Amino acid sequence: MARSSAARPGRTLVVFFVGVAILFGLVALAGNWKPALGLDLEGGARITLTAEGDPDEESLEEAREIIDQRVNGTGVTEADVTVQGGRFIVVEVPGDVENRRQLEETVKRQAQMRFRLVACSDVDGRCATGATDPGLGVDPNTLTPPASEAPQNPQGNKGNKGNKGNNRPAVGFADETPAPAEEPSDAPSEAPAEGGSEAPADAPSGSPQVPAYDGPTSGQTEELLAWQDAPDQASIEAFNAFTCPEDGAPAMVNDDPDSPLVTCEYDPETGQSIKYLLSPAAIEGTDLDSASHGIPQGQAEWIVSLEIGGKGEDAFDTISQRLTGSEKQFAIVLDGQVISAPTMESRISNGQAQISGNFTEASAESLATSLKFGALPIAFQPDVTVEDIGPSLAGDQLTAGLWAGAFGLGLVMLYCLLYYRGLGLVVVASLAVAAAITYAMVLLLSETAGFTLTLPGIAGFIIAVGVTADSFIIFFERIRDEMRDGKSMRVAVESGWRRAKVTRLAANVVSLLSAAVLYIFATGVVKGFGFALGLSTLIDLAVLFWFTKPMVSWLAQFRFFNGGGRLSGLSEETLGMEAVPAGGKA
Amino acid sequence: MGKFSRYGNELYTGRRSIDFVGRRGLWYAVTLAVVAVAVAIIFLKGLNFGVEFTGGTQFRVPLASAEVTQDNADELRDAIADAEIEGVDNPNVTTEGTKAIVVEVGELDAERSDAVAAIIEDTVPASGDLSLSEIGASWGEEVAKRALLGVGVFLILVMLFIWAYFREWKMSVAALVALAHDIVITIGIYALSGFPVTPSAVTGLLAILGFSLYDTVVVFDKVRENTHELRKSGQTYAEAANLAVNQTLVRSINTGIVALIPIGAILYVSAVQLGASSLQDLALAQFVGMAVGIYSSVLLAPRVLVHLKGREASVQLADKRARSRAKASADRYASVPAFTEDLPVHDEPGAAGADLGDDEPGAPVSRPMAPPRAAEASGRGRVVPAPKGATRSSGASGREQPTRETRSKRGKK
Repeated sequence: MARSSAARPGRTLVVFFVGVAILFGLVALAGNWKPALGLDLEGGARITLTAEGDPDEESLEEAREIIDQRVNGTGVTEADVTVQGGRFIVVEVPGDVENRRQLEETVKRQAQMRFRLVACSDVDGRCATGATDPGLGVDPNTLTPPASEAPQNPQGNKGNKGNKGNNRPAVGFADETPAPAEEPSDAPSEAPAEGGSEAPADAPSGSPQVPAYDGPTSGQTEELLAWQDAPDQASIEAFNAFTCPEDGAPAMVNDDPDSPLVTCEYDPETGQSIKYLLSPAAIEGTDLDSASHGIPQGQAEWIVSLEIGGKGEDAFDTISQRLTGSEKQFAIVLDGQVISAPTMESRISNGQAQISGNFTEASAESLATSLKFGALPIAFQPDVTVEDIGPSLAGDQLTAGLWAGAFGLGLVMLYCLLYYRGLGLVVVASLAVAAAITYAMVLLLSETAGFTLTLPGIAGFIIAVGVTADSFIIFFERIRDEMRDGKSMRVAVESGWRRAKVTRLAANVVSLLSAAVLYIFATGVVKGFGFALGLSTLIDLAVLFWFTKPMVSWLAQFRFFNGGGRLSGLSEETLGMEAVPAGGKA
Repeated sequence: MGKFSRYGNELYTGRRSIDFVGRRGLWYAVTLAVVAVAVAIIFLKGLNFGVEFTGGTQFRVPLASAEVTQDNADELRDAIADAEIEGVDNPNVTTEGTKAIVVEVGELDAERSDAVAAIIEDTVPASGDLSLSEIGASWGEEVAKRALLGVGVFLILVMLFIWAYFREWKMSVAALVALAHDIVITIGIYALSGFPVTPSAVTGLLAILGFSLYDTVVVFDKVRENTHELRKSGQTYAEAANLAVNQTLVRSINTGIVALIPIGAILYVSAVQLGASSLQDLALAQFVGMAVGIYSSVLLAPRVLVHLKGREASVQLADKRARSRAKASADRYASVPAFTEDLPVHDEPGAAGADLGDDEPGAPVSRPMAPPRAAEASGRGRVVPAPKGATRSSGASGREQPTRETRSKRGKK
């Protein structure tokens, strides 16, 4: 890097400016030249949730935290979540209309999550009396243990032979799992798939014998599994009487964990709803330890990984053992709506499962988020009030602050010009370039990531002025020191750069560490500050390496600078060396 | 200008040097005193936590929709802030939809909340009764816990990084000491100012964590460079470290000026001209923290480092060497007797030159002299060591000579 830029400073500069031009081109495409401002500067929307009944303080606080995590999941919007009056949770979201609607949805999602077993749906038609349309929009998800931990599963289905690291789970269209010899019949008791067995005592031959778990919940789980195979008549009638709402609106159902549930899954892409008859809750969402989304190594599609702990782990073990290899599904129900109904691919004994299927990144992420922050300890009343609020920081304060900051910057530039003379021009140009890039990045992030500029964010950028200027000061002082050692300007630039570079990188690692840790651990406002600090540190490095350094190398070719001109900032007088007898310049 | 740069040059060459690492006891005493004062202020005056931390009271002021304007909200904010009611110095005032303005202040008793209500009634034409409600803290324990966890993780990571980068855990410790000093003093001054502690102030403080360590790393980088080859420079560790701090002094001053000017301007405008706001909290925390951070990286961190390093056996040995060399080179003619009238002249043939007339009265007192040099070192010019074997001049003058090769190898290098 240093070598090539020393040889060809011009080329680096040109490439750099092309990069900046592209950046601004993107901003122009987005067509928004004003950054999105945060709650304290611009106001926004206030969403008030009212709790049902009279919740205790702790569960209200817990609910507040879950909503906070949901809303501030990415940390760039900086919404504010508070508990008020013992039964309200107030969410304040900075004003940006499309964001706001999304966030409202997120907040309103009450998210009480349960895992239930699917007795039948209108796709498999096992409870159906009328003709159904199989293959109408089957949930294509399958549930597998993570590849690295896949147990040897000799009679697992075709796509999953336990070859580690590369077992793409067969995307289990429910009718495409290992083909049963006969058509699925209506009778629930006889839908044997070739690998799975239904009788609890009849463990699949050849599979590793694991002692059956016999815990407190296993009895209950057995009951549920039995019910899954033979639902009671009342539920079947209820199922057949139920119709899903047309437009994908949430079905109005009473999500009681102890009784069967009839509800729907809406697929926004196809606009179809699937109706399910579900067992009483097998696992409560509070047992879910974590959920994340990603692409496992060696695979090409998005998956959602779950980790179930507590009582749920054992129940899940039993269920997964029984459902493996059958087409029977298992539903994840959030607020009474089915969000996913996967089939089991193999037994999962440690509570770590993966849901795979045709996810996009967005759908995987949203499923993981709903799962992760799913379980609110309290229910809220369905009517949510939304109103606009003004900024909490007076407008004149921001403008005054910005003017003061700009005035300060002007002083800084003046000081640099006075102290570094010719080189001061480089400082001024570098600061200007850094400011331009920062502004462009803020605009772009406002568009793409919903970044909103709040006061602490601005503070992060102001701190960055000092750090950015410091990088030039370190570099120039190095050059001067090298020249005091008797090197010529051109040599001093290169050798000074070599030392200054190391110092800069080390010091910036400290800044980046602090930014990253603030971003990861903190919430809300501080998160935004960490983000701003990290962004400006990276920009500082980019400007130093690809602008300031090549610029100085390029200027070093001119007599004005390398000849030690009076105003170059590198004359002997400026270096304070005129008293020293000149040792003859090269 | 020229004068200042000459000063910089002299600092660089070490001809002018400010003692940044010596006088340990005095400086430690000063530092401890300042930190103690800061801690005392924090405990005696206490920090004044804002609504975000303590929860508090919310007044909802219903207004005609024409009156719900940002100007009215700002006016109300200033009116309440200027009223000097105890515990109410930084109200949160926002407009809400088109129906009301909402005022949030800290915990109040009945008397004070009546006072606030009176101010509100006087300032804006409320269209109905004010409604009061309790609000919870948006920055509860959970946020504090997470932030503390983050700070802990950050400190451990940075310590490990400094240790790995400088290969010197003592630098980590010194940097940490300087950081603790900065944080305590910043919090102390913040408590002294009486500004309410808002999330902005906390953010400013967290920023100082990174900045203080950052600045210390820059100074230590130069220290490492100078102390890297002590044997060669013949300095003690303390001297080398001190020279490093002197050499980075110009940079520290410049960076200080450049970083503090913009924040100082914001602090001045927000605190002096605008009255209470979260802007001034932030600016104060950052201004004080940065100033103290730069001060401590020059005056405190190197001192602690030299103190810690001074206990190492290898450093002590090197220092001893450097000191004895310094003593030896301080007066190279110390063993030469001073001239007196009756000084016996040695190179006169026949003079009693074998022994310096030590027993003669009036003769200069001479020091014991080093034994005479070995024979080979007493010639003129460069001292050639004794040859290890017979040498032949090759006549090659150092040029590479052709060698005889088999044909297959010729022309290949």
